Amino acid sequence: MSYWPLLGIAALVAGFAVRANPLIVILVCALVTGAAAGIAPLHLIAALGHAFNQTRYVSIVWLILPVIGLLEREGLQQRARILVGRIRAATAGRIILIYLALRQITAALGLTSLGGPAQMVRPLVAPMAEGAAESRLGPISDEVRHTVRAYAASADNVGAFFGEDIFIAIASILLIKGFLAQSGFDIPPFRLSMWAIPTALLAFAIHGVRLWRLDAKLERMAQLGRVAQEERP
Amino acid sequence: MIGLADVYYLAGAMFAGFALLSPRDRANRKRFGNTAFWGLLAVSFLFGSHLGDLANGLLVIALALLGGTRAMGVGAPQSTSPGEREERARRWGNIIFLPALLIPVLTVAGTLTLGRILIGGSPLADPREVTLISLALAILVALLVAMGKFRPPALAAVDEGRRLADMIGWAIILPQMLAALGAVFALAGVGGIVGRIATTWLPLGHPFAAVAAYCIGMALFTMVMGNAFAAFPVMTAAIGVPLIVHRFGGDPAIMGAIGMLSGFCGTLATPMAANFNIVPAALLELPDRNAVIKVQIPTGIALLACNILLMYALVFRF
Repeated sequence: MSYWPLLGIAALVAGFAVRANPLIVILVCALVTGAAAGIAPLHLIAALGHAFNQTRYVSIVWLILPVIGLLEREGLQQRARILVGRIRAATAGRIILIYLALRQITAALGLTSLGGPAQMVRPLVAPMAEGAAESRLGPISDEVRHTVRAYAASADNVGAFFGEDIFIAIASILLIKGFLAQSGFDIPPFRLSMWAIPTALLAFAIHGVRLWRLDAKLERMAQLGRVAQEERP
Repeated sequence: MIGLADVYYLAGAMFAGFALLSPRDRANRKRFGNTAFWGLLAVSFLFGSHLGDLANGLLVIALALLGGTRAMGVGAPQSTSPGEREERARRWGNIIFLPALLIPVLTVAGTLTLGRILIGGSPLADPREVTLISLALAILVALLVAMGKFRPPALAAVDEGRRLADMIGWAIILPQMLAALGAVFALAGVGGIVGRIATTWLPLGHPFAAVAAYCIGMALFTMVMGNAFAAFPVMTAAIGVPLIVHRFGGDPAIMGAIGMLSGFCGTLATPMAANFNIVPAALLELPDRNAVIKVQIPTGIALLACNILLMYALVFRF
């Protein structure tokens, strides 16, 4: 076995490091890997096409764009801000923390499709968190706004990843079970989901603490921004 | 029976709509690039199953070149102004949340029922793909509810969808491109090579070293592949089963469960997991496409350390 196919991975890392467009990086990486492994060019192109066609299902979620766009046209994000502006206890950090808890619990019940960046974060969670930040800090800078959005997206991921494995019929649990069965261990899915619980609790604790401290961080960012603006002649 | 193919036709029709409305958009200097990109994507969804692998491969290369060389711009469809939105938000009230909330609720309801409803002996929706079919149907229902309530101009839904799609741009096909790259990696045997390097070069004489190498290896390999599912079989066959289970007598269930979750720590930290990390950044209009990853890295590192300690504390005890 030769190590040459790893050249593709080197190209991939280098491409991401110099911030080239990922589509081009992937294309180059595929060509380098294929050439190094001695795969005929036409065979390689066909393999790319086959896999792209077989994975069209990951793009189904884009069907949501017209609905979200239409609702935004009618003031969805503004309404989300009005709604949280009325709740005095609402802060950006607390709203995202509650979303993290809901996302993780529903994922643990097998309801991963309840959340997602297009379904929940862009139309609802991010505008609510931004609205809460605005009603506490006044008009917020783009930097603060982008930080709030990035944290909202991170809560969606952390909640889903470390909740879903508690559900016994999720793909990753079935993959673990299937692979271990091939290796001669017959393990009921229930045991696998049970041992996913300690990590799930730690994930909530770690990301939860960071969200708990987010409001103070945003306040610092807003203050620094104000100071910077006053110093400007 | 409703199958995945029908959902693909729906998505194809949507992308074709984006392609057809793009040339009218004179605010976008690169509007014909957008037409070509959305048009080719529509071809993939409408006819992909009949094109054959080679034609699909050429289509993928054309899409990657269009998306990767800044041939696309961002359209500016006629939408409402921020002032109008503020006014409408007050006029509509909280009913505006209804269509957005209908989507997840109906998706779950459909997932639980549609595969079991029999019509003439066959299920209403393909039971293997029931979640995706339910999602598509839920979106259609939400769209009809929104159009009935708000009465927007006839093409507003397509134009507003195009507004968001142009904003996401090339990142829309990134998850599928990465899956295609994964297929090339599999063909070239990259997984086996990485597994061999891990076992030959790492000092794995102590149980803790084996556990740490397995968990960190899962995270790093996941970062390269963008997917813990690709890393799990390789790392578990190379380190997990032969060392942790066979040599040191660890419990395979604990190893597998925490091993997979160590891989997920890597997923938090890699641009290769595009649909979780890069697509949300584009969708939320963040100027730094790694902004979501940067927020997730501290959680990923801390949790990986916890996973190593957890596995070491538990795997040899039960």
